[in-house]
Amino acid sequence: MSTGQMTAPKVHREQRRTAAPEPTRGRAAPLAWLAVPALIFFVAFAVVPLAGVLVLSFTNWDGIGAITPAGVSNWLNAFADPGMYHALWLTFVVMVVSWLVQTPISLLLGVFTAGSQKYRALLAVLYFLPLLLSSAAIAIAYKALLDPNFGLAAGLNMPLLAQDWLGDPGLALGVVIFVIAWQFVPFHTLIYQGGVRQIPRSIYEAAEIDGAGKVKQFFFITVPQLKYTIITSSTLMTVGALTYFDLIFVLTGGGPGNATRILPLDMYLTGFRANLMGPASVLAVILVVIGLALALFLQRLGGKDRTGSQLEGM
Amino acid sequence: MKGRRRLGRLNLPGGLAGWLWLGITIVPIYYIVITSLKTQAGYFGQNPLAPPVSPTLENYRMVIEADFTRYFFNSAIVTVGAVIPTLAVAFMASFAIVRGKGKFLAGVNALFLMGLAIPLQATIIPIYLMIIKMNLYDSLLAIILPSIAFAIPLSVLIMCNFIRDVPNELFESMRLDGCSEWQTMWRLALPLTKPAIVTVGIYNGLGVWNGFLLPLILTQSPELRVLPLGLWTFQGEFSVNIPAVLASVVLTTIPVLVLYIVGRRQLLSGLTAGFSK
Repeated sequence: MSTGQMTAPKVHREQRRTAAPEPTRGRAAPLAWLAVPALIFFVAFAVVPLAGVLVLSFTNWDGIGAITPAGVSNWLNAFADPGMYHALWLTFVVMVVSWLVQTPISLLLGVFTAGSQKYRALLAVLYFLPLLLSSAAIAIAYKALLDPNFGLAAGLNMPLLAQDWLGDPGLALGVVIFVIAWQFVPFHTLIYQGGVRQIPRSIYEAAEIDGAGKVKQFFFITVPQLKYTIITSSTLMTVGALTYFDLIFVLTGGGPGNATRILPLDMYLTGFRANLMGPASVLAVILVVIGLALALFLQRLGGKDRTGSQLEGM
Repeated sequence: MKGRRRLGRLNLPGGLAGWLWLGITIVPIYYIVITSLKTQAGYFGQNPLAPPVSPTLENYRMVIEADFTRYFFNSAIVTVGAVIPTLAVAFMASFAIVRGKGKFLAGVNALFLMGLAIPLQATIIPIYLMIIKMNLYDSLLAIILPSIAFAIPLSVLIMCNFIRDVPNELFESMRLDGCSEWQTMWRLALPLTKPAIVTVGIYNGLGVWNGFLLPLILTQSPELRVLPLGLWTFQGEFSVNIPAVLASVVLTTIPVLVLYIVGRRQLLSGLTAGFSK
């Protein structure tokens, strides 16, 4: 492409354009129409329901019959219900422990697989496999795998592993967190791998000249350079914890007792099993508020809004 | 070329974690596959991690006869029906957001970015109500419509990142050639964004194919079941026959695995670029 030849008419054209008042405005109008179809879908099935769930939280509905106003009673009941606080606490535990478990592993694996040896590429392929399985499939497989007599424990001949993993309230929550990590660490590894590959090599060379060791380089270069990657990954991880439903639903159904009944599952069971759509909507609103608060908090942590950080990375 | 050496860093802990995690990933998958090839007797009699003494495909035959093909086609219809419109509307919106100006598009962009932070599952009760009111309850379309909406924010985010990378000079030269924005979109942005479109397509396809909540809530007829739901009901019915249940797990994964093998390079590079900016 001969850019030299293009420069002259371009300048000419730019001059003409600046002469016209607000030239970009003319192009903006037809372009805006292109965003309308996506906007319609999103508004119809995300924004309207979002408003709808707030409205429904002030009503009673059994899922079939008429919707009747309920005032603030659903909200008062929710806040008086120990079950809600229990679900909220479990959600918090799953979110925080998942983050603490998954972030270091994904970060290490991401840095590791960003290398260029062939076997690392092969590892990265194998890591990806859990992402292909549906949560239902994973939950079903783990149920079989955790069977004390016919599962992994018997296979490895390790009595220590032969526990009633899904029947013991304390263990079941641990299992849920582990299986979530099994499913999602590959995805976050991939995100970190991409982030690491974008760090300019010259920074490391400079550090090397200054005599910084590898551990120092990791903590003072790699980690700070991955700041936005860490924020992206953490946002997806923590907000994701508010959507864990199918895995836990199939794996434990919230049990034993209510030991793994985290908020999204609690919402489903309240709404679609107990047919209490009003109280379930209250739980849904709480989920939305937590999600938004988390995302805003994490963005604030980054010091810039998301679009800004993305432009920055280019 | 760039960064070969620095990436050799952290070899020891990274490498250890790498191999350890490989074991954690592979053992359950290995267990699923070998168990699915065992007879009931083999399942109860053998070491669970030993390969089957007399491998059998009987479990697979049984699963396929138990309506697997119907679930498969339902899943295929829902996935294609959701992914194609998602790609079309998200691509046009991304092009507008990157190329256009003005408060409207900035607002649309902000709205989609906010959508990333909202657990959209929390909107399932009003969606259920809307689908009933629209007379779409218990149809495949009921799954498709919300799936499109749920997929838009991330699709737009990834596609915008790609379109932003198109050098401005290319857009300028298109304009000099007298192309309208519409032509620029199809002739310039679309071919250059193809990797992102494939990535987003596979990623969303995976999400819809594996989706569980929407089919669970918005359909009820057995003949409208999609694979994950079919898997779940099958598990309930055949919970005593673990090899058959695991055969159904393998069967539901094979189509995705094939797709992954075909589009792997594209998917990985696209996801990497889409998320790490």
